[in-house]
Amino acid sequence: MSPVVRLLIKRIATSFIVLVGVSLLIFTIARVIPGDPARIALGPNASAEAVEALRDKLHLNDAFVVQYGYFIADLARGDLGQSLYSNRPVTQDIAAYLPATLELVFFAGATMILIGVPLGMLAARYRDRPLDHGIRLFTMLGVSAPDFVWAVILMLIFAYFLPIFPIAGRISDSFAVPPVTGFLTIDSLIAGDFAAFGNVLWHLALPAFALSFAGIGQSARLTRANMVETYRKPFIEMALAFGFPQGRIARRFAFKPSMIPSLTVIGLDLASMLGNAFLVEQIFAWPGLSRYGVAVILRKDLNAIVGTVLIISAMFLIVNIVVDLLVALINPRIRLSQRSS
Amino acid sequence: MKRALFILLRNPLSVLGLTLVGLVVLAAVFADYVAPFPDHKGAVVDFLNFNKAPEWPYLFGTDLVGRDILSRILFAYRISLTLGVVVLALAVPVGVTVGLIAGYIGGRTEFVLMRLTDVFLSIPPLVLAMSMMGLLEPSLTNGMMAVTVMWWPWYARLVYNLTRSEREEGYVLAAEVIGASRLHVMFREILPNCVPSILTKMTIDFGFVILIASSLSFLGLGVQPPTPDLGSMVAEGAKYLPDSWWLTVFPGLAILVVVFGFNLIGDALREILGVEQ
Amino acid sequence: MTAPTLAIDDLRLGFRGWAGTVEVLHGISLHIAKGERVALVGESGSGKSVTARLVLGLVQELRGARFSGRMAFEGRDLGALSRREREALRGDRISMIFQDPTSSLNPVYTIDTLFHEVLRRGAPGIGAAEAREKAIAALADVAITDPERVLRSYAFQLSGGMNQRVLIAMALANNPALLLADEPGTALDVTVQAQTLALMQSLVARHGTSMLFISHNLGVVREFADRVYVIYKGRIVEQGPTEGLFEAPLHPYTRALMAAVPRITGEGIPEIDEEQTGFYDPLVAHPGYSEAELRP
Repeated sequence: MSPVVRLLIKRIATSFIVLVGVSLLIFTIARVIPGDPARIALGPNASAEAVEALRDKLHLNDAFVVQYGYFIADLARGDLGQSLYSNRPVTQDIAAYLPATLELVFFAGATMILIGVPLGMLAARYRDRPLDHGIRLFTMLGVSAPDFVWAVILMLIFAYFLPIFPIAGRISDSFAVPPVTGFLTIDSLIAGDFAAFGNVLWHLALPAFALSFAGIGQSARLTRANMVETYRKPFIEMALAFGFPQGRIARRFAFKPSMIPSLTVIGLDLASMLGNAFLVEQIFAWPGLSRYGVAVILRKDLNAIVGTVLIISAMFLIVNIVVDLLVALINPRIRLSQRSS
Repeated sequence: MKRALFILLRNPLSVLGLTLVGLVVLAAVFADYVAPFPDHKGAVVDFLNFNKAPEWPYLFGTDLVGRDILSRILFAYRISLTLGVVVLALAVPVGVTVGLIAGYIGGRTEFVLMRLTDVFLSIPPLVLAMSMMGLLEPSLTNGMMAVTVMWWPWYARLVYNLTRSEREEGYVLAAEVIGASRLHVMFREILPNCVPSILTKMTIDFGFVILIASSLSFLGLGVQPPTPDLGSMVAEGAKYLPDSWWLTVFPGLAILVVVFGFNLIGDALREILGVEQ
Repeated sequence: MTAPTLAIDDLRLGFRGWAGTVEVLHGISLHIAKGERVALVGESGSGKSVTARLVLGLVQELRGARFSGRMAFEGRDLGALSRREREALRGDRISMIFQDPTSSLNPVYTIDTLFHEVLRRGAPGIGAAEAREKAIAALADVAITDPERVLRSYAFQLSGGMNQRVLIAMALANNPALLLADEPGTALDVTVQAQTLALMQSLVARHGTSMLFISHNLGVVREFADRVYVIYKGRIVEQGPTEGLFEAPLHPYTRALMAAVPRITGEGIPEIDEEQTGFYDPLVAHPGYSEAELRP
């Protein structure tokens, strides 16, 4: 069995354990808090009998372990229960809202990597010169404000004062894209509607950039730090002594080894966008998981909260596994031996 | 010490950071005297002067019930700074202890503690705090708790990694050879060597705690009105964009200023203490 | 007589830091004739390694470095060359071998890839297949029996001695006129080091390559060099033929150095007490071996 496959299996196994831990954690929080979910669901005017009946139906009268057992059994069947807020199965709700969020996060992540990493490389190559200081200042500003502040500022500048981009939404009303995957970029391509595709990208630009701003700062600073570290390594001196062209050294010989430590953290940044997307979605009225998440949290809709957190955590773990795999692929030390790290 | 001061004052950026943070702290502490309208921190209504664009004496404008935005920002800083202090005072000792024990004792203890840490780190930070806040009642105290719960694992991770490399160092082995207790080795031998890294992280995190807390209240899951809070001010004002832009822009910039300040100081500290990122 | 492969005159170097300028080299002069093997001997921090890096032009690019003096390679003034011209010499006409072979080879590329990159310095348009053939021949030259496997490998999969040979093969691959060897193999164990050095010696002789051998290991120097310069704190203190210098050291510092070294094992230089009398005495050249006498 190749070491990469072995690593993959190991990571999936540990992720599964972690996911069980997450479910236990969130389930515990959900059960120990004050307030009766059945009472909240039925409202203050419901009769005591009705509340009691619902408590029975939701297994709220059973012991904690038994409740958790029911929960896991349902989960195994792909059932996260009924949302008390929407009166629909939680899985259906999540399936409806998740694609919009994932699409946003995907484009923000791509923006982060495509802008942040090259910025960090530039800063490292011209370290301690004015360009480096400029980039440092810019990236520090990026991480110094929450995404919603950047969202507000970008929106004011590029949607109101200079009306280049749309103010809200995923697509203009004039377009109708038959839903297949829920990802409008993909669906519009499936429909062969390139005008709609362009319209979707146009709507994505500002939210994705606002969401990526902090990540750009993080990844640029990290790339710079690791590149500077790599530039001190003997193999770079060897490359210089052998006269390898400077640009080639930066792009090839220093870049690849530096990305090994950077990638893991960039992956974490990417994954944390799943949470931060909530902030940007609020400003741009993005019909993603955020509005659903905030709504169910404010209504103490237990099933929906547990389901949302579980799904987001699962996405988070998947992103991290993918990143670990990428690291393994560019790091021959992991690819060729069993040692991880 | 002299060298530290030299480095700190030589770099104009760290001087800027110290100035920003210093001004914010002073303004927050003396808000009652500095704020143009000290009573606007509460549920005051002044319908004669509502929703005013910036003009004297309302430098940053007024909100929808006529309260001075600048005054409310200064009082909001109080909340933010208190929150930062409390969260770090709770999260750091917990995280450091967990990291030390896991890193030093090893074995099954290490496995359990680090998997537990992984569990907390596997929920996107904001989502964990959000769901905690939702399940509890949104309030300042619960907000602090939620942010603390999401924050300690980072220190556990940091100190765990440091401890693992320090464990093999000569001074630790020496202490073990002469029969020092585990507690002594962990807290008196290893911990002091982790202090520079912890301190640097704390400085930067102070800004980030404020940032995350403002995100929570932006979502309506933090400090509740009428207490002034930067995040909820932005959220409230966002409904009236772009016409009443001052409602959101100034509180937003207020967050930026303080977090930026802490970042600049943290960067300088990193250089002085020789801490890697 | 043709110009020496390398001639250095009154080379000075200092670094400006926050505590003022630190002088590293106080005006050293040396030369290497064609095909000659010259050793530069000194303790760590004496300025010997930085000299090699100055020749390659690596130090000049550091911030705060100020240097003066003249360096000429095959009669061409290195200072008068453009950056581009200077870079063109590296890896082609002048190459270098480092202290720790394993960490000098990039860990994320195979030897094959690195070798291709090196050969491209001599023949810019060289294709992968041709480079591979040349690399195999070069590796066979350094007594590597299974060059194909080595080419497929990453540095961390090979032993230190193997990596040292790979590095030697790379350094000589483009037939350079000058090889700078900075404490080659110090990171390896003694027997492996001896083997690879012997190998390097025979290759250098065969190619007629001039060589600057930088070392603190007197035993190795004695075996390896035609001539020796002894450097102490950025000044050359003694120069002469290897045998003459080892038989009858003239400068107080050289004498202290010899006395401190265990003769048989030829280990590195142990700590020598700071500044005994005479360490700062002016340069002593053995008869017939001063710069003025040797250079036309």
